[in-house]
Amino acid sequence: MIAETGLAALWLATALCALQLVFGIMAVRGRDDLAAAVRPVAVVQGLLAAISFLMLIWLFLRTDLSVELVVRNSHSEKPWLYKFAGAWGNHEGSMLLWVTVLSVAGSLVAFFERRLRENTLIATLAAQAAIGLGFYAFLLFASNPFARSTPAPEEGMGLNPLLQDPGLAFHPPTLYFGYVGLSVAFSFAVGALMTRDVGADFARAMRPWVLGSWIFLTLGITAGSYWAYYELGWGGWWFWDPVENASLMPWLAATALLHSVTVLATRDSLRAWTVMLAVVAFSMSMIGTFLVRSGILTSVHAFAVDPRRGSFILALLVLYIGGALLLYGLRVGTVREGKKFQAVSREGALVANNLLLTAILGIVLIGTLYPLFVETLTGEQLSVGPPYFNSTAGPLALILIAIMALGPLLRWRKDDWRDLINRISFPILFSALAFAGLMFFVSPIGILPTLGIVLAVGVGAASVAPLWKRNLRRTPMFTYGMVIAHLGIAVALAGMASESAFTEEVLVATTPGQEHEVGPYTVRFVGVDPVAGPNWTAIEGQLAVTRGDGEPFGLMPQARMFASPPTETNEAAIATSWDGQLYTVLGNSDAQGRWQLRLWWKPFVTLIWLGGGMIAFGGLLSLVGRVRRERRSALREAHG
Amino acid sequence: MTSESNRLILWVPLGIAGIFILFFGYALFFGNANPQQQTIESRMVGQPVPEFALDPAVSNHPGLTSANLATGEPRLVNVFASWCLPCITEAPQLTALQQRGVSIDAIAIRDRPQDISNFLMRYGDPYQRIGADVDSRVQLAFGSSGVPETFVVDGEGVIRHQHIGEIRPEDVPVIMQALEDAR
Repeated sequence: MIAETGLAALWLATALCALQLVFGIMAVRGRDDLAAAVRPVAVVQGLLAAISFLMLIWLFLRTDLSVELVVRNSHSEKPWLYKFAGAWGNHEGSMLLWVTVLSVAGSLVAFFERRLRENTLIATLAAQAAIGLGFYAFLLFASNPFARSTPAPEEGMGLNPLLQDPGLAFHPPTLYFGYVGLSVAFSFAVGALMTRDVGADFARAMRPWVLGSWIFLTLGITAGSYWAYYELGWGGWWFWDPVENASLMPWLAATALLHSVTVLATRDSLRAWTVMLAVVAFSMSMIGTFLVRSGILTSVHAFAVDPRRGSFILALLVLYIGGALLLYGLRVGTVREGKKFQAVSREGALVANNLLLTAILGIVLIGTLYPLFVETLTGEQLSVGPPYFNSTAGPLALILIAIMALGPLLRWRKDDWRDLINRISFPILFSALAFAGLMFFVSPIGILPTLGIVLAVGVGAASVAPLWKRNLRRTPMFTYGMVIAHLGIAVALAGMASESAFTEEVLVATTPGQEHEVGPYTVRFVGVDPVAGPNWTAIEGQLAVTRGDGEPFGLMPQARMFASPPTETNEAAIATSWDGQLYTVLGNSDAQGRWQLRLWWKPFVTLIWLGGGMIAFGGLLSLVGRVRRERRSALREAHG
Repeated sequence: MTSESNRLILWVPLGIAGIFILFFGYALFFGNANPQQQTIESRMVGQPVPEFALDPAVSNHPGLTSANLATGEPRLVNVFASWCLPCITEAPQLTALQQRGVSIDAIAIRDRPQDISNFLMRYGDPYQRIGADVDSRVQLAFGSSGVPETFVVDGEGVIRHQHIGEIRPEDVPVIMQALEDAR
């Protein structure tokens, strides 16, 4: 019954979604009597989708083996958290999650948005329904999560053991929230184009969704990076893997959009460009989904692959992106030019930010697609790796970060560059001190890491400079948000530069009793023990670690064997201290009974993820600050 | 700029998106969709080694070119890396093969000179020539999909046998037999 309820709710939601689309378009074209129905339909549609998804979670928690999806992706002996996460740890469930978040976001827009012109809002909801309808059709016709399996088997087939990790419970949904937020921004852009209403009000309505989605993307990428770092056991934190790039590209576009929407909301400039970025940002999340799900790219992230799904997503891509760009071509000529500004101004810095972010986005997109391109044309297989990305995107990112330090110190409309130099004298001084320190006290570490550290120090100082001489209690919350997010970039940059410059690596074949030095640590290999978990067995290395005269402590890296399906993974054991991490991985034993052991000392590597967290937290402060201010001015309008 | 060219610019994004979408469609329907990540047997077995010239990977060994492999005697080409754990496991077997008179050259994949030197110092150095393959290009030309892999090349420079993965003690006779067959 649970499965049938879920499926029925899904069909009803689909029907309401179709209604929302038709009514919405007719209302925009003049049928005013239908306009009143659009908001309620959108709200109920969201509720129905949520019911459908809750039913799927219930099926997984009960391990209902009469449902095909549960059989393929779960197991009665799995810990409950992974049963729960199993609901969206597969293609069908993740698509249902996607469409649920999309519809619930639509309900929220329908319920709360009051300041936008009514016909623009209705056009936005119609666009949102058009996106939803495609995904509903995809679910119902190509990936029904509620399909029964007859006869019901005795036991489920487990979950990919690599994904059996608390990170899984939150990493994919986090990214989905981000993608869906971009779809709302896309719908706003399409709605505003349809009703020729591209202006500051539209930007203010769209901004919280861009900010919210950007926060989730930031969190998703940060968490995904840490997950790959400790779960894959390779010691790296970013691999330029196609799936990582698929999440990075929407983030880059969203970051650009976030800044251009601020220009549009505050100064009513960059109208057409903001609309374009909203389309690009959503396109990137669709392209990312397509590349990952269609299996045309190879990656360390194994997804179930089915060419039929690939063609479906491609069809949606044609419809939405093609449709939006067609509308753009037809309508953007009628968008009036926004307010003018001079090159040295806050707007100027934000335009530079946008251009650099777009360039980096292009570089990542080309690098991700190039192997596919060459293979399709010539049949030759190659891969594009870190050397390409680091040497192209790296320098641009450093310039971008330098401009990020200046932007908030510039005035809107026009400014004097001599005043600017005055304002950044302290950050430049700090940078110079850092540079001198690196030159005199540290052995040479390469150009990019040197620049990275010098820049991180200067940018860190410059990003708190907007608070200088201000009344801290009267400073708006979103200004604090910006300061913290920018500071987070400096912190993450410092972590990246330190990791790439100062990491020490030791690779040994060791026997019990041997000692190895890495960084400030001495690691003694004690031996190995077999251990058993709920659904795996492992060989566990016993390491006794000391640092200087400190107390010894144990680290236990594991080589794990999962039974169902049979897979081996490496569980790194990590010791975190204030100044970095000791990262240990146990490999196989050789014929002489020696064990392969890999040890890394990574100074300040934790700053990378701390910075990521700060960026997301800064975004959250901005979001709360903006929403509160919008509420207040909406109330003032209502009473005034 | 005339208003005519202004209007054309508005359609550029649609054009770019169209090109991307056509390409995605082509890759999806006619391309090699669903590539699998697995070890692939080289199609180069039975073929002459590809043309290549690699710089020395460390200062105390010469580099490696395709001409070095057609010496009239069969020899081994070991594809390895200092960052590769199974390569440590196979090091004693390579040393044993060298002590039995086998000539071994190496291709070091995406590696650094200092790391290779440390590796050779710690685990033994059975190699005559070591070429630095910084971007895996030569490795791919050999049809090798991972490290370690070992190729038996005959006196005319034709690849006769491919061993995928580390050489375990029980594999040594197999390699010796393949070298014998390549004579």
